[in-house]
Amino acid sequence: MPTLIRMPALSPTMTEGTLARWLKNEGDGVEPGDVIAEIETDKATMEVEAVDEGTLGKILVADGTEGVAVNSVIAVLVGEGEDPQSVEAATAELGDTAVPEPRSVPQPSAAKPAPPEDEPPAEAPAQAPAPPPAAVSEPAAPAQPSPPGSRVSASPLARRMAAQAGLELASIRGSGPHGRIVKADIDRALQMGGAPTTDEAEAAPERIELTNVRKVIATRLLEAKQTIPHFYLETDAEAGALLDLRRRINADLEREQRVTVNDLVVKATAMALRRVPEVNSAWGGDHIVRHRAVHVAVAVAVDDGLFTPVVRNTDRKGIREIAREIRSLVQKTRAGKLMPEEYQGGTFSVSNLGMYGIGAFAAVINPPQGGILAVGAAAERPVVRDGVVTAAPVMTLTLSGDHRVIDGAVGARWLAELRKLIEHPALMLA
Amino acid sequence: MREISVREAIRDAMAEEMRRDESVFLMGEEVAEYEGAYKVSQGLLKEFGPERVVDTPITEAGFAGVGVGAAMMGLRPIVEFMTWNFAMQAIDQIVNSAAKTRYMSGGLLGLPIVFRGPNGVASQVAAQHSQDYGAWYAHVPGLKVVAPFDAADAKGLLTAAIRDPDPVVFLEHELLYGESGQVPDGEHVAELGRARVVRPGRDVTLVSWSRGVSLVLDAAAELAEQGIDAEVIDLRSLRPLDRATLLGSVQRTHRIVSVEEGWPSCGVGAEIVATVVAEAFDALDAPPQRVSGADVPMPYAAHLEALALPLSETVVRVAHEVCYTDG
Repeated sequence: MPTLIRMPALSPTMTEGTLARWLKNEGDGVEPGDVIAEIETDKATMEVEAVDEGTLGKILVADGTEGVAVNSVIAVLVGEGEDPQSVEAATAELGDTAVPEPRSVPQPSAAKPAPPEDEPPAEAPAQAPAPPPAAVSEPAAPAQPSPPGSRVSASPLARRMAAQAGLELASIRGSGPHGRIVKADIDRALQMGGAPTTDEAEAAPERIELTNVRKVIATRLLEAKQTIPHFYLETDAEAGALLDLRRRINADLEREQRVTVNDLVVKATAMALRRVPEVNSAWGGDHIVRHRAVHVAVAVAVDDGLFTPVVRNTDRKGIREIAREIRSLVQKTRAGKLMPEEYQGGTFSVSNLGMYGIGAFAAVINPPQGGILAVGAAAERPVVRDGVVTAAPVMTLTLSGDHRVIDGAVGARWLAELRKLIEHPALMLA
Repeated sequence: MREISVREAIRDAMAEEMRRDESVFLMGEEVAEYEGAYKVSQGLLKEFGPERVVDTPITEAGFAGVGVGAAMMGLRPIVEFMTWNFAMQAIDQIVNSAAKTRYMSGGLLGLPIVFRGPNGVASQVAAQHSQDYGAWYAHVPGLKVVAPFDAADAKGLLTAAIRDPDPVVFLEHELLYGESGQVPDGEHVAELGRARVVRPGRDVTLVSWSRGVSLVLDAAAELAEQGIDAEVIDLRSLRPLDRATLLGSVQRTHRIVSVEEGWPSCGVGAEIVATVVAEAFDALDAPPQRVSGADVPMPYAAHLEALALPLSETVVRVAHEVCYTDG
């Protein structure tokens, strides 16, 4: 039996289009995927691909015909071995019934009759109307009504609004009596940018009001990223000696007195800032602020945000003192008992995500400071010693610098100093 | 503008038209010497004399028939029924003679006649004297049916009815006669067949006529406090029905509630709902609803009578229903 090729709907709202051009002639062979014609709508020109193979038996709508209704038959495809004469029989049968009303096309205006009640009007995809190439040809069977029981309860207005917006009613949850979809439901779906399925509606985004901490974080970090020209330098430091030192310090200490890797990095950072004071600086608008004191701020994560309590005069404090102070600051932070003077006045920050398994990252500068160090995990990595690859603990250190204050070479010098201090912690005594 | 009662507005319309056109005359029971059972024809006998203000015997079929004959012969009778309940005696003259004559004479005979009097519910006058005939006459091709609410419309619509070349059933309301309102000075003619948007609104259309408009306005005020912006339409004419105004309103509000004193079955509300469903289907967000009188003969007992009438609380509840909101 010959296959009827119908005018495709290139979008859910398309009701008719122009058959711009046939790319195959009557009698030409057609393979699935062959472009056989071009269709124009007011929005676009689309290619029509063949779905079935066969021979283009008869073209019923000539090149350049305007106002061709969607779903009307535009050509007949005959299969192998089929009598081309059968084309005549097929086209003769067309009559009125073979050119059904475009059942997959939502009615564009109220003036036209509403879609039948027992058929969801929008069979087209809910969003992003895409040309359905598979709809190009279909067997010459009469249009099947939707199976019974598929009726969605919706007010006529809601039905029309959904059709116009290309929303699938079946995917919208009705708030009216007996689950009837009403105008308010369509309005809601449109507001949310489409039709949520029932599951999606239940999984709809939750609105979380901002805490003051979150507001401050948002303001400060936005200010930082918008106004500070960040640049990033990264280096790897072997951490074997540092870990060894930590082990030895902790050997005789109670658990709660033990020193962390981060405490040691904070100490090294402070020493490096003392040795390369250009990095212990900040932008002052029309001048540069070169801090004489080294106050390292330590990023502390809490459930709902982030604090940076400050260890004052970090460079002058011993490891255990720094460890004790940081431990106390962290406890206060998590208890929400941090005092303003305990988180203000830092000259440089250290952020360490090593304990979360992060290898390397770049941190956002904490205004009004001029730089921040991001510390990754000290993990075993392959290193080359004397031409031999061997395993050793390595940590990646990333400096984020304010380029208005710190130039790349200065940053590099500072990072090299820090690396040296971490790889040879005894130098912290020098 | 001046403030007068509905009773005076009706009298003024008749008096002005009788001054303007000598063929206009009034007849009915007690219209002349007694000046109307409800004192609507005050001063008319004195001004126009017994030839044009005619007291009739108590025979509705008789004087309604005389009026129909007079209209056929070129006069413009105003036939007053003491109440529309008594016009049941004359309904053959109204429906079979008045309404159909233009059609059956092939257009040769016009019938410029006004049948008027109080219609609808009154206070504790029981089943036979307390009912709404709006739907009865609105059913009949060949009639125009008018039911004014305020004084201005009472005057403007009655003037238009008297001047109309066809029979007009003019339904007044006993409980509105004493209500006052602003009426334009001088000649005031309203257009028959036009509804009026009394209160524009966004969320739901409340349509009524005659005394029902006051119920609906009360309901709209209460709904406004509850966040629902109701549009109120005074239908004014039950036949012809102003479909354009109704449909235009529903296109905006997507919801409609009709409110009438009469019985629900085959009532004017049924016609309104059918019109809206057929012609504004795609604009509807909820099934159109009716609030009507109870489907029973009007009880005599005051507490039962109150329950048989539409109430503004009921209108508020049904408006919430169609808005899918909680009242």
